[in-house]
Amino acid sequence: MTAAVMPLAAGELAAFGKDPWWIILIKAVAITVFLLVFTIFNVWFERRVVARMQHRVGPNVHGKFGLLQSLADGIKLSLKETIKPKGVDTILYVLAPIISAAMAFVAFSVIPLGPEVSIFGHRTPLQLTDLPVGVLFVLAAASLGIYGIVLGGWSSGSTYPLLGGLRSSAQMISYEVAMGLALVAVFLYSGSMSTSEIVGAQAGGSAVDIFGVTLQLPSWYGVVLLPSFLIYMIAMVGETNRAPFDLPEAEGELVAGFMTEYSSMKYLLFFLAEYVNMVTVSALATTMFLGGWRAPWPISLWAGANEGWWPLLWFLGKVLVFLFVFIWLRGTLPRMRYDQFMRLGWKILIPVALVWTVFVATARATLSAGYQRQFFFGIGAVVIVVLLLSFVYDAVAARREKAEEVEREEADQVEFDPFAGGYPVPPMPGQKVPGLEPAAVAVAAASAGAGSADSSGGAGAEGAGQQADSGEERGRG
Amino acid sequence: MNLYVPILVLLLLGGGFAVVSAVAGSLMGPKRWNRAKVDSYECGIEPTPQPAGGGRFPVKYYITAMLFIIFDIEIIFLFPWAVAFDQMALFGLVEMVLFIVTVFVAYAYVWRRGGLEWD
Repeated sequence: MTAAVMPLAAGELAAFGKDPWWIILIKAVAITVFLLVFTIFNVWFERRVVARMQHRVGPNVHGKFGLLQSLADGIKLSLKETIKPKGVDTILYVLAPIISAAMAFVAFSVIPLGPEVSIFGHRTPLQLTDLPVGVLFVLAAASLGIYGIVLGGWSSGSTYPLLGGLRSSAQMISYEVAMGLALVAVFLYSGSMSTSEIVGAQAGGSAVDIFGVTLQLPSWYGVVLLPSFLIYMIAMVGETNRAPFDLPEAEGELVAGFMTEYSSMKYLLFFLAEYVNMVTVSALATTMFLGGWRAPWPISLWAGANEGWWPLLWFLGKVLVFLFVFIWLRGTLPRMRYDQFMRLGWKILIPVALVWTVFVATARATLSAGYQRQFFFGIGAVVIVVLLLSFVYDAVAARREKAEEVEREEADQVEFDPFAGGYPVPPMPGQKVPGLEPAAVAVAAASAGAGSADSSGGAGAEGAGQQADSGEERGRG
Repeated sequence: MNLYVPILVLLLLGGGFAVVSAVAGSLMGPKRWNRAKVDSYECGIEPTPQPAGGGRFPVKYYITAMLFIIFDIEIIFLFPWAVAFDQMALFGLVEMVLFIVTVFVAYAYVWRRGGLEWD
């Protein structure tokens, strides 16, 4: 692998920070308006797509194809009464949705939407700004957005919002770890954390030498670093609290989670924040893994595809694909249970992401240092060791299972005391309750005993005694 | 510093929109007081009285938060390491593997002690 050492203060960032104030204002207003309009569109899009998946029509009355439905819903919601329940902590209660919405907007500021264009004769990149730590900034803004949810849940002074807020915060911080780890491999390859440079690094594919054969790698990190991409995809659904990970607002158990006590415009702000966050994580996924605003393959053959305003279209198309995946997941998968969800995050995604990161780093370091043969032999050795270990593990697990089985059988020999815990519990299958045999079994046992003892009267008395015993046993309860 | 000014502008715009719409919402809507309406919502049953200050959190949320901090710090170390990886080559790789293994020991301990179990 030819590792082109990139200077840390790269030339591309030089294009930023030179805009006059009116360009900054135009861009900021454009992004705000875009996010608002796009949210209105997304709500409609989601409802239509989910409706199609469920063999319904969906909203189709207001405007062409029902496009104005969500606008009408928003206006109606804003004209509703703002209810402030009794137990709320007023300042935080009001502040929470504002934090959520504001942070959702801010996270979008470093997303590259296109190359340099001319706005009223002024050349400027189609991106509000870029930082040397651009992606870190997006993650930071997303983390601050969690404050809105936690504070909203806590300040409502009600049971369901508190539980929803706690769940939501635990969920988001858990999946943020996986998300961050998934991005490390991208930084390894691009040598930068600035979003525009990551897009630039995906412009041309790199080549890798394997035993003298030069392979041309595809340019998108989503293909080269597929495991990272998959981990990011899962984490971004968890991060935005969307189905099948929408546990904070599991309506069957928590009503509406942290926004139960919110109404009118404040509810709308939480709603807006959720949809803007969806767009932001989709845009980040596009930037990090799908080549950003650069045209996808068949279109990229056209020379003018990556110039002017066209890239805005490719970018929107890619983001829409991610949004469709969000909706598709919601239409397909049932909600996960909370423990399954946390297990997936902590016990699968994080270790897998860590191991993958180490693997990518090892590959890059050894290949660029020219140790190709050693690297591939090393991989072979690791695979063999893992296989051997798995056999050993299987053998150990089988033996342990057998030992547990024996232990369980031994425990079953001991008489089961239904009152051990202070109140009666039914026996597990296989456990025997002393003196609690069904009457028919007792009679059968008694008559079998009678056959051998050759005295029906005595056996009958014995059986009666047993019945009395069991009656006594029951009476103790 | 010029790079950060546009972010502030967007923050002001986004935050301004949020504040204005929240204020406008409370001005535009009707106000009809009703005793049941201001009760906290619990599906129609009498709301559970909440202790002042939000009551107690289950301790496992603190464990999750603590684990998050550990891993987040690990990520914060990993990011600049990844960016400068090509300059450090094998030295950087070995150093970071040692660091990851150290964190992994703590992770394995937490896993073994049931810190990652939810029920």
